This record gives sequence, C-alpha cells and structure tokens, in this order.
Amino acid sequence: MILIWFIGILLAGGIACWIAARWSAPVCRWIALGATIADFVLSLALWVRSYPVNLLQQQEWLRQVNWNWFPDAGIHFHLAIDGLSLLLVVLTFFLGIVSVLASWTEIREGVGFFHLNLLWVLAGITGVFLAVDLFLFYFAWELMLIPMYFLIAIWGHERRVYAAVKFFLFTQLSGLLMLISILALYMIHHSATGVYTFEYSELIGTSMPLHTAIWVMLGFFIAFAVKLPMVPFHTWLPDAHTEASTAGSVILAGLLLKTGAYGLLRFVVPLFPAAAHWFSPIATVLAAIGIIYGAVLAFGQTDLKRLVAYTSVSHLGFVLLAIFVWNKLALEGALITIIAHGISTGALFVLVGGLQERIHTREMDRMGGLWHTIPRLSGAAMFFAMASIGLPGLGDFVGEFLILLGTYKVSVGLAVAAAIGVLASTLYGLKFIQRAFHGSNVHHWELHDLFAREVVIIAPMIVILLWLGLFPRPVLNTFVPAMQKLQEQAARQYQAYERGQP
Amino acid sequence: MLELTGLIPAIPFFSFLLLAIFGPRMARRAVSIIGAGSIGASAVISGIVTASFISAPPADWSYHQVIWQWMSVSGFQADIGFYLDALSVVMVLVITFVAFLIHVYSTEYMEGDEGYSRFFAYMNLFVASMVTLVLADNLLLLYLGWEGVGLCSYLLIGFWYSDPVNGRAARKAFIVTRVGDTSMVIGLFLIFDRLGTLNLQELMHRATLQWPVGAAVAVAAAALLLGGAVGKSAQLPLQTWLPDAMAGPTPTSALIHAATMVTAGVYLIARTHVLFSLAPPVMLAVAVIGAATLLLAGCSALTQRDIKRVLAYSTISQIGYMFLALGVGAWSAAIFHFMTHAFFKALLFLAAGAVIQAQHEEHDIFKMGGLRRMIPITFWAFLISGCALAGLPLITAGFYSKGMILWGAWSSPQGGPALWIAGLVGVLLTSLYIFRVIFVAFFGQAQIPVEHPPRLAKNLPMVVLSALSIGAGWVNLPSYLGNKLWLNDVLYTALPKVAERQVGWITEDWSEGIITAAFALGLLLAYELYLRRRDATRPLTENALGRAIHEFWYADWGFDFVYDKLFVAPVVWFAQVDKSDFIDKFYDGVAAVSRACYRALSATESGRMRWYAASIVGGTVVFIFIVLVL
Amino acid sequence: MFALGTIGLLVRRNLVFTLMSIEIMLNAAGLAFIVAGAHWMQADGQVMFLFILAMAASEVSVGLALLLRLYHQHGVLDTDSASEMKG
Repeated sequence: MILIWFIGILLAGGIACWIAARWSAPVCRWIALGATIADFVLSLALWVRSYPVNLLQQQEWLRQVNWNWFPDAGIHFHLAIDGLSLLLVVLTFFLGIVSVLASWTEIREGVGFFHLNLLWVLAGITGVFLAVDLFLFYFAWELMLIPMYFLIAIWGHERRVYAAVKFFLFTQLSGLLMLISILALYMIHHSATGVYTFEYSELIGTSMPLHTAIWVMLGFFIAFAVKLPMVPFHTWLPDAHTEASTAGSVILAGLLLKTGAYGLLRFVVPLFPAAAHWFSPIATVLAAIGIIYGAVLAFGQTDLKRLVAYTSVSHLGFVLLAIFVWNKLALEGALITIIAHGISTGALFVLVGGLQERIHTREMDRMGGLWHTIPRLSGAAMFFAMASIGLPGLGDFVGEFLILLGTYKVSVGLAVAAAIGVLASTLYGLKFIQRAFHGSNVHHWELHDLFAREVVIIAPMIVILLWLGLFPRPVLNTFVPAMQKLQEQAARQYQAYERGQP
Repeated sequence: MLELTGLIPAIPFFSFLLLAIFGPRMARRAVSIIGAGSIGASAVISGIVTASFISAPPADWSYHQVIWQWMSVSGFQADIGFYLDALSVVMVLVITFVAFLIHVYSTEYMEGDEGYSRFFAYMNLFVASMVTLVLADNLLLLYLGWEGVGLCSYLLIGFWYSDPVNGRAARKAFIVTRVGDTSMVIGLFLIFDRLGTLNLQELMHRATLQWPVGAAVAVAAAALLLGGAVGKSAQLPLQTWLPDAMAGPTPTSALIHAATMVTAGVYLIARTHVLFSLAPPVMLAVAVIGAATLLLAGCSALTQRDIKRVLAYSTISQIGYMFLALGVGAWSAAIFHFMTHAFFKALLFLAAGAVIQAQHEEHDIFKMGGLRRMIPITFWAFLISGCALAGLPLITAGFYSKGMILWGAWSSPQGGPALWIAGLVGVLLTSLYIFRVIFVAFFGQAQIPVEHPPRLAKNLPMVVLSALSIGAGWVNLPSYLGNKLWLNDVLYTALPKVAERQVGWITEDWSEGIITAAFALGLLLAYELYLRRRDATRPLTENALGRAIHEFWYADWGFDFVYDKLFVAPVVWFAQVDKSDFIDKFYDGVAAVSRACYRALSATESGRMRWYAASIVGGTVVFIFIVLVL
Repeated sequence: MFALGTIGLLVRRNLVFTLMSIEIMLNAAGLAFIVAGAHWMQADGQVMFLFILAMAASEVSVGLALLLRLYHQHGVLDTDSASEMKG
C-alpha cells in the first residue's frame, strides 16, 4: 500500500496545489513541499525497515501492489519495489524537495500549475521506477513527458519552446519504438505460451530467435538510450537542460536521465540477455565515445548551464558502459554513479540557477571573480565541480572507479578510453570554476551570498556526497540483492538460449 | 603508542573543516593557533609514534591500523587503514615537522592577506592528504591522498585568484599531474585485475609469487605507476607545471613544491619497490629519467632571473637525484636525500620568501643586491641551505645524501659510470646556479631598500631548518667517516639494501672527493662570473648561439611549446569549433526535411475549387483504370 | 457529353458556367440511364432519370444561392478568388 501512497500523495498534492494557488501562492508552495517531504520520509522509513540484508535477499519484491485492470488483455496495475527501485525512489523524493525549494522564489507566474506539473512529473517518475507491468510502465513513461514539456515550455528561458518541443519529439518517438517492442514481446509471448500478459516476471524467459530478440531489444534500447542519453541521441539534452528553469533542470538531470538507466538495468538486459550480449560491443564503444565527447564539448561551452548539461552526457556514458559490461563491480559502480551524479549535478544546477537569479545571465563572459562577492556559493560550486570530475573521497569517484575496475576485466581498451574521459572531465571542471568564480571581478558584481533556503538544500547534498564517497556500504548493501536477482535472471535466460543453439 | 597513528591525518583534517566553515568569522589569532597548532599537534604525535616505533619496534617492524572498511564490493576490498613501517615513519615525521615550521612562518608571511583563514584551511587539508598518502595501506587510499594533494596544490597555486595568470598556472599543474594520475589509475586496474588486491603489502607478496622477474605484466604495472610518479614529482616529461606553480604564495611553494607533494612520486616508487624490482627495464627508465631531468633542470635553473623559478628548477633537479637513486636500487639513499632536501629546500624557499617580502615583492635577482648586510638572518639561512643544496663537504646535510646517491649510482649493479657522470655534472650545475643567486642577490650593491624585514615567526623556523640543514646528514655517516648508517639501518627494515660492487678503482672516498671538486669548481665559476666581474656572462649570452641556448634553456627546453602545439591547441580548437555539436546538425537536417515536405505538400492545398475538382476527376480516372486493367 | 461537362467544369472560371457544366453532366448521366433502360427494356432507367431531375433542381437552387453569396462577398464571379482555404 505504501507504494500507492508514494504516487497518490504526489498526484493529490499536485491538484491541491493547483487549486490552492488561486487564493495564495505561498500556501501552494508549502503544500508541494509538504507532499514531497511526506513522501521522502515514507521512503526513508521503508528503507530503514527493510535494511537488514537477509530480508532484502529473501524476497524478490519488498512490497507489491497488484490489482486487476484489464485482465482479459493481461494488464494489471502492478507496482513493486526492490533494493534498486527503493534507492531510486528515495533519490526521487529527495530531489523533489530540492526542486520545490529551488523554485521558491524563481517561479512567480502560474505557481499552481507549475507545482501541479512538478509533482505529476515526480509521480510519473515514481511510477516508472515502481511499475512491473509493462503496460503500466509505458503509461508512467508517457506520464513523465507531458508535465515536463510544460515545465520547460512555460517557465523556461529564451529558447524554451524549441527546447521543449525537441525534448518532446525525441522522447515521444523513442517511446513509440518501445511501445512497438512491448507489443511485439506481448505477441511473441502469446504465440509461445498462449497467454496474454504484460507482467514483467512472466515475460522474462520468453524465448525467441536471436534476430527477433535483437529487433525487439533495440526498440526498448533506443527509448532508454535517448533518455540516458547516449551519443548520438543526446542532442536534446543540452537544450532542454539549459532552457528549463532550475527545478526543471534538477529533475531532468537528477531523475529523468536515471529512468533511462533504470530501464536498461531492469528491462533490456534481463529480458533480452542474448541480444544485449550481441549488442554490447556497439553499446560500450558508443558509451566510451560519449564519455570523452561529452567532456570535450562541455569544455567548449560558454553558457554555464550548458556546460553542466554536457557533463551529464559524459557521466551517464559511464553508466551505459557499466550496464553493458554487466559484471558485479561495474554494476555496483553504476548504481553509485547514478545516485552521486543525481546529487552532484542537481546541486550544480541549483547553484547555477541561483546564480542566474542573481545576475540574470548564464554567459561565462559576463561572470568572473564571483568568489569575491559570494564566497560561500563559490565554495559550494567548487565542491560539486570537484565531485563531478571524480575527486576521490566523494561519491562520483567511487562509482566511476568501480565501473572502470569492472570494465577493465572485460576490455582494457575501453577502460583506458574511459579513464581518458575522466582526465578530460578535469578540463571542464576547472573551466567552470575559473571562468565564473576565479579571476577578477571585472563586471563589478555585488551579490547576495547563499540564502538560508539554499543552504538547507546544499548542505545535505554535500553531506550525502561525502557519505557516498567514504562510506558507501549501506547503499551498496541495499542494491546488491536486487542486482544479484537481475544477474541471475539474465544468466538463466542466456543459458537457455545457449542450450537452444545447435 | 602506535595507535595514535590515526590522529596524525585526522587532526589537520578536522582543523581544515573548522577553518573552512567558520574561518572567515574567526579572529586572526584563532586562525593562526588552530591552523599552525593542528600541524604542531600532528608533528608531536608523529614524534611520539616514531620514538615508540624505534625504541619498541612492533613485530616485523610494521604496524597496521584499520579505521573502517571503505568498500567491500564483489571481491574488491579497500579500507581506510594506515600502515606504519620504517619508510612511512620517516616520511611522516619529516612531513609534519617541516609542515609545522612552514605554518608558523606563514602566520607572519600571510598576515596582510584577506584570505588568511582560507590559506590555512587549504594548507591543513594538504597536510592531511599528504599524511594519508604516506600512511595508506592500500593503493586506493593512497590515490585518495594523491588526488587530495593535487587538489590542494591547485587551490593554493591559484590562491590569489584575482589574477588569471595564477589561475592558469594552477590549472596547468592540475591537468598535467592528472595526466600522470590517469596513468597511475590504469596501473591500479591492472594490478587489481592480475593480483586481486590493492592492499600494498598483500599485492607485493602476491607479485613476487606470481610474476617472474621481467614479466611483461610487471613491466606494464610498474611503468603505469611510474607515469603517475613522474607527473606528481615533476620529472621528464611532465615537469612543465612546476616552474609556473611558483605563482602561489611562497609558503605553499615551500611546503608543496619542495618538501612534500613533489616527493610523493618518490614515495610511491619506494613503497611499491617490489613491483619495480620485478621490472628491470622500468628501473632503468627511472634512473635515466632521473639523470636526464637533473641535467635538464640544472641547465634551466642557470638561466632564470626569478628567484623562485631558480628554486623550482632546482627542486625538479634534486628530485631527479632521488629518482636516480631509486632507479639504481639505492632505495634508502633516495629517502635520505628526500629528508635532507625537505629541510634545505624548504629553508631556501622560506628565505626566498623573506627576501621577496623585504624587497617590495620583487622576484628578479638582478634587481636585488647587498642583502647580506640588510637581512642577515635570512642571508645566513639562504647561504647555509644553498651550501647544503650544492653539497658543501662535511658540514651540510646535502653533501652526505648526494654523496650516497652518487656512490650508489656508481656501485650498484644497475648503476654505471654514465649515471654517475650525469650526477657529477649535476653537482657542478647545482653549485653554479645556487651560488649565482647568492652572489647576485645578497652581495654587491643594495638596489632596493628593505621593507618588512622578517620577524620572529619567520626567523625562528629559518633558524631551526638551518640547524637541520647542517646536521641532518650526520644520521648517515659514510664509510670514510666511521660507516655509522643509523638512518639506513632503520630503513633497511622496510626497504632492500643496495648491493655494492667495486667498479674500477673508484671507491666511495674517491667518489666523494671528485664530487667535492665539482662543487668547488661550481663555486669558483660563480664567484668569477657573478661576483668579481658582474657582467662576465654578457659575452656568452650576446652571441647568437649563446642567446639561442639561453632562450632554449630558459623556456624549459621547449617542452611547453611542444605540448601546447600537440595537445592543448587541438583540443581547444575542437571544443570551440564543435561548440554547437555537429551531431545536432543531423537532427536539424531531419527537421529541415520535414519542413520542406510541409511546404511541398501545402502547395497542393491551393484553396481553389477547380484544382480540387480536377484532382477528384484525375483520381477517379486512375481508380477506374486500376479496377479495369488490374 | 459527360466529358464535355467535366471539361467545362474544369476550364471555366465563371461560377455560372460551372453550374451549367454540372447541369450538363447531370443530364448526360440521365441520358445514359434512359438509353440503358431502353436497351434492356426495363423501367428502372426512367425512374433514375426522375431522381436525377429532382436532385438537379435542388442542387441548382442551392448553387445559385451560394453564387449570390460569393458575388456579394467578392464582387466577382470567379471561383479562383475564393481561395482563403489555401495552405
């Protein structure tokens, strides 16, 4: 039932916000904050209660909700949570709180509708992480789309409509490919077993010839690859991230991209392990290219927010690499990277957004020497920039190191290329600090340093990154049973496929 | 008492946190006390631990303390753990002690600066990272300290961030050392993949069992680690960042770029000496790099005008000596030289800092003069440390350590005459360039009046370090003075002894004698060229060849130029050219095509009735045709 | 005759002539029905012609009303001028 609460609080909260805003905008904001905090507390409680490792290992799902929806078509309203989704759901609500707080003073018009969209996009994301029935999964996938479109198109910056439409088209088209694949899987399963079902655990193990599997997998893969994003499908990301408002960027970078990673972990490899294995040389090479290309391009930007946006391309290249390497070390690294990247890039967007609110520009040429006037914001920005370039002791390093360690076992060349990508990340990290915060204050800015509200957002994020960097054990322990299940499922399927080979 | 080891990095780290968060609001006094005091506490604890270690050595001369388990992931385990043996004890003692003296010095040096608490915060974080690096029991924790010192180096070089030149120097340092770090991290992957662990003692044990001497995998692992060491220690070919790093405050240069961070590479090689011993080609490379670097940097030091840049090249050169020692297997000689170098080089920098502040922030030695009468304590400090650097016989520490290295270069089975001669030429160069600075800046006519002469906080550390620069060599008395190698004996519990063999007729005494002769020759040349007749060097640099050589050596033998053309310019060009991402052009193309189709198709909606009627008629005809014919 | 009417429809721009061409087409169709009915000795052909006649009458009245409206709006009886639905 708690799973229904997760989504329900957000949906209901959104509508309440919309209505409340007719009378009072502050009330609306407080409702939104309350809803996200409530959900966050609930998810933490669930985590703490389920933490004992043996408990995590015994059951496949920690909690489930399974209702009939259209039983004749095999569609059920089935939500389920395991270690992997639990961590992602906690991240979702945390970043939800962050985005509500970050938009406290930034959004002035249409406050009610804004928070409706914000909370509904979070609901969609939660749905994606929790759905285990493929129809419901697709439903939640599409549910994420429309509110996000509005968030970018209405409250964004100068080229917001272009960015929003681009985002929408990319994601919608790739989602359609995924729909075709889902239906194909549905049909194939029916022709093999005579049962119509969209249920994930039943669709695992559907056997099909390799070339069919490759096509069906590609449909899923492209949807997730666009979301992740993978080069060459990444070009929607810089525009969407740059033109969105702060909350929009935080949710985009911190959560939406992770849904792509989640989809690859949960669906692509376990459902089609043989096809994924066949595809992995291509995927891993593209991932390595993405890591380096994203970093170099980030280095070349003059718009501060666009620089941060390209760093996401680079970081999630690591995750893609890890998923298609599919060994224990790399997958654990991928999870840490997912969480750490969500926090560090989310924080960078909050800081850049705060900066934009103060100086009304994102161009680095108009900045310089900001450390003189806003030392604490600059110090925080330096911290998260260092996290982004993989400074040991912080979360991103742990993730990237484990991924590279795992990748090295599979391919030395890929590991070396990715390590060069880490070197390249130094370039953009230092440029970020140098151009904006160091140097002399030629434009004579005199700005207000961090507000209390911003400190409330940033301080916990610093603590979390340090915690992930120095003491990642609890997080890893939560993830490992889920990871083992996924690996077992994929392995079983793969062995069945191999046995079927002549 | 050895359990106190964990406090040595912890105290400076917490001091860093305190200063970083509350520093701007604290009084100067409080910041000084906390900033310098924390390092002092660390130094005291190091002393206690060292005394305890030597007087009541633990089993097997090693002590292991695990603070907590960092990661344990599917076969990969790394702890936050500290390993104490003779090597780390010596390193930690020297590091914390010298750091403490430098912090005390900084309380006066940085007193006029508005970033006072920020400075001490960064310096404390640096010491914490360096100590972590040295005490780490596994390569991953060592790498954490490694990157930590790199970060602090970046922050401190670019401390006066208003000037973009400082920022550029800081970035250059960070990026060049990170190139080395990337090599090192790939080495870590290799080591874990083949040996299954990153725990230092464990991996060295497994390496000796699994890898035969000269195995390709051992060579690869050692070479990759060497890459990291070369970057951090500013050796060929990654030495280009150190001279520019002099943009930072002088105490920073003293601590980071003389006494500690740049010796991290030396420490790494000494710590993983087993791997290097298993890879003779790499050992040779280490020695050759050391020899080449010491010569190259020595030549460059001769041409510099900025007092700090001379010292920077001098550091590169002296670390070349340490690499030379490592490469021929004289492990303890390298650590001995590290110790003496830490003392006299830090002192050189501190004295240089006093000179700079006394001369209205002037760095050019040719604009100074006559300082020996005006700031006597500083003069004596500089003179003593300069002599130690050059190797004044018997009464300076540098003489003993350098002598030991050169003797090792000659007599070790992996050494040879060529390396010894390189070291000898280096001695001549060293003597020449340092006495050049002394004679030009301290003797002769005073040009700039002294302001801000150093007071107690600056003078006291200089005096202490002077004493150490004189006496620190006496812990290792060579064969012709009684052969009491106390330091080496302690180090031999952790590092292997270098084998000695007789080559030709040169014994240790002869070696020392020839070295002394080189030292004296350099001193005399400097005296002739720079004191007696001040523009004696003018004819040398006036003619075309002389000028070309001078420029070449001044520009660090052209490395900067080559790197800029080969690496920096292409990446920057690509990033700028591809700013809007050429891949996006494809999607813009798709959008353009669909817009074109829209325009084409909308032409059929002409709005004219006759056109519509005509299309109906046409369609009907086609349809009837199809039905009738097909 | 049908073809003649169609050509007239397509070629003439004046709305009156368009309507006349439509009449010609209708009459052509009706003639075809009569002839067929006479050929196969069935009364259906003549019944169809009555239907066509009725339909033509109503169509003409509506058409003339539209024509008047068009003339009112544009001042000319040119079918090409009513192309606001273009694009």
